[in-house]
Amino acid sequence: MKILVCLGNVPDTTTKIKISDNKLDATGIQWIINPWDELALTRAMELKEDANNLVDGVSVVSVGLASAEPTIRKALAIGADEAFRIDCEPTDAFFTATQLSLVAKDFDIVLTGIESSDYNGISVGGMLAEIIGSASVSAVSSLNIDADKIIVSREIDGGKETVSTQLPVVLTVQKGIAKDPRIPAMRGIMMARQKPLKVIAATSTANLTEILKFEMPQAKGKCKMVDAENVAELVNLLRNEAKVI
Amino acid sequence: MSVLIYAQNWDGKFKKSVYELLSYGKKIAENNGTELIALSLGNVEKDELESLANYGADKIYFSNNSAFESFDNEIFTAALKQTAEKVAAKEIILLHNNEGKALGSHLSVALKAGFVSAAVALPESYSPITIKKKVFTGKAFAHVKVNSDIAILTLSPNSFEIKEIASAATTEEMNFTLPTAKTKVESREVSKGKLLLTDADLVVSGGRGLKSGENWGMLEDLAGVLGAALACSRPVSDEGWRSHTEHVGQTGKIIAPNLYIAVGISGAIQHVGGISSSKCIVAINKDPDAPIFEVADYGIVGDAFKIVPELTAALK
Ligand SMILES: Cc1cc2nc3c(=O)[nH]c(=O)nc-3n(C[C@H](O)[C@H](O)[C@H](O)COP(=O)(O)OP(=O)(O)OC[C@H]3O[C@@H](n4cnc5c(N)ncnc54)[C@H](O)[C@@H]3O)c2cc1C
Ligand SMILES: Nc1ncnc2c1ncn2[C@@H]1O[C@H](COP(=O)(O)O)[C@@H](O)[C@H]1O
Repeated sequence: MKILVCLGNVPDTTTKIKISDNKLDATGIQWIINPWDELALTRAMELKEDANNLVDGVSVVSVGLASAEPTIRKALAIGADEAFRIDCEPTDAFFTATQLSLVAKDFDIVLTGIESSDYNGISVGGMLAEIIGSASVSAVSSLNIDADKIIVSREIDGGKETVSTQLPVVLTVQKGIAKDPRIPAMRGIMMARQKPLKVIAATSTANLTEILKFEMPQAKGKCKMVDAENVAELVNLLRNEAKVI
Repeated sequence: MSVLIYAQNWDGKFKKSVYELLSYGKKIAENNGTELIALSLGNVEKDELESLANYGADKIYFSNNSAFESFDNEIFTAALKQTAEKVAAKEIILLHNNEGKALGSHLSVALKAGFVSAAVALPESYSPITIKKKVFTGKAFAHVKVNSDIAILTLSPNSFEIKEIASAATTEEMNFTLPTAKTKVESREVSKGKLLLTDADLVVSGGRGLKSGENWGMLEDLAGVLGAALACSRPVSDEGWRSHTEHVGQTGKIIAPNLYIAVGISGAIQHVGGISSSKCIVAINKDPDAPIFEVADYGIVGDAFKIVPELTAALK
């Protein structure tokens, strides 16, 4: 069984967002593996190391320019066996999913995160499943392989379900899929240099959406402080000023 | 042409969020002089179905087919696609929840239609559709243009005012051609009787400042008098003090209640991303320099173990 993890390359989650020239000002930004993708990769590694050994290999793929390679190398250092980079700027979710389908069709289990922490598209996983016509489950918070059967749990609106699925499958994963992301060890970093990172030419396809401009949220008014000795005043403000209770 | 909304049900009942979608969809339909169509999938009684007409639906399509008993990406996508084609939907509007997010992305490919998730307002223009959405976990907004004839969106919760508009809607049963499911639900756990965090108007949330899960009793009391749902910061759920379903923030749930009370939460940027759309934020923290005060509307500097019980008493 072969697993593919789709990796988005996103600004570190503590980044203060600055827009200039109608795009994200990239000065000083640290780039990281999208947090959910990092957890997906962690779970894929755990499954590969499992004694039952049903997983033969873990590959990663990212749609991006050469500038995304440090992020891809990090995934190899964490333990992925091989990597693909599809050489283009990911401009829109449909465009990105179409690129990913070039690689994804050769795998049994494809993992994507539920969303990118930058543009919050919440799109690529579902689109990819639809493009390759595979089974798919969204909002997945655990993944187990049991004698060739795939068992996942997923969040539903107001609960949780255990779902079994056919292969091939695209799983859109979220929190819970793995506990903590793995940090590459020195040995892994050394080994990553020898591992294959194949660059694939992009296919031409449509952009279904396009960002015209950005807008920053309005600055909050100053916080009104209430004296700790006068908690009743807070109740009064919430009732009569904010009118929220 | 028409505006299509998917009216998701919970055990045969609709929620306020579905009426919000209808009110939003009605405004678009009125603007374009088109009809508002609601689609319900799964077992819903006639009375409940007809409640959709109170919020402006012109036509209500439904199917009680048992295939809709549990959610499946392919089966629900097929039903929405067939309905969208039948009614020549130009805008398809979904809830910004698990089902809506999954459907939006699948339908986008099935209909070759641009998908915009977490829209926060009405479209700014209609041909082509441009719309404002959240990006960078609420740290910015983007104005997105849809390059296709059909646009699909999920609406961020609490971004549009619910308005009752009685209409004389017709109800019609749909017959779909459905694919065989590739996935199978083996078991389900439903959080019964509990107010869902994502539906709640009022939320009381606790952080690491509360020291241990055993100290949650006072937050439960406060939530109890307010009729609020409970939430927590990520370390709290990582420590296992509270369930993962209560974790809010960038990697947890993103919520937009009318009131969010943060107790013993420092206000890290990843936490704030999940709550910044709340109408009113109250912070209770012993550190006057905690960043949570920068996003709060009201704040109290002090010991949560003293202030929370006093607040509960004052509310009674
Ligand atoms: C990739 C990534 C994603 C993340 N996603 C999330 C996320 O989704 N959600 C999230 O919450 N975090 C997230 N985090 C973690 C985040 O960075 C913070 O570590 C976390 O939010 C801190 O939680 P906290 O405020 O409860 O704890 P702390 O930062 O430890 O704050 C505790 C607060 O309690 C106050 N306090 C202590 N005692 C008392 C008392 N007796 N009375 C009153 N106040 C008291 C302290 O002054 C302090 O401000 C993420 C981090 C990363 C790297
Ligand atoms: N450029 C990319 N390369 C590879 N995978 C991506 C890329 N962008 C998004 N993804 C995957 O799609 C998921 C959802 O992203 P999005 O739809 O952009 O919110 C991410 O968690 C990734 O797994």
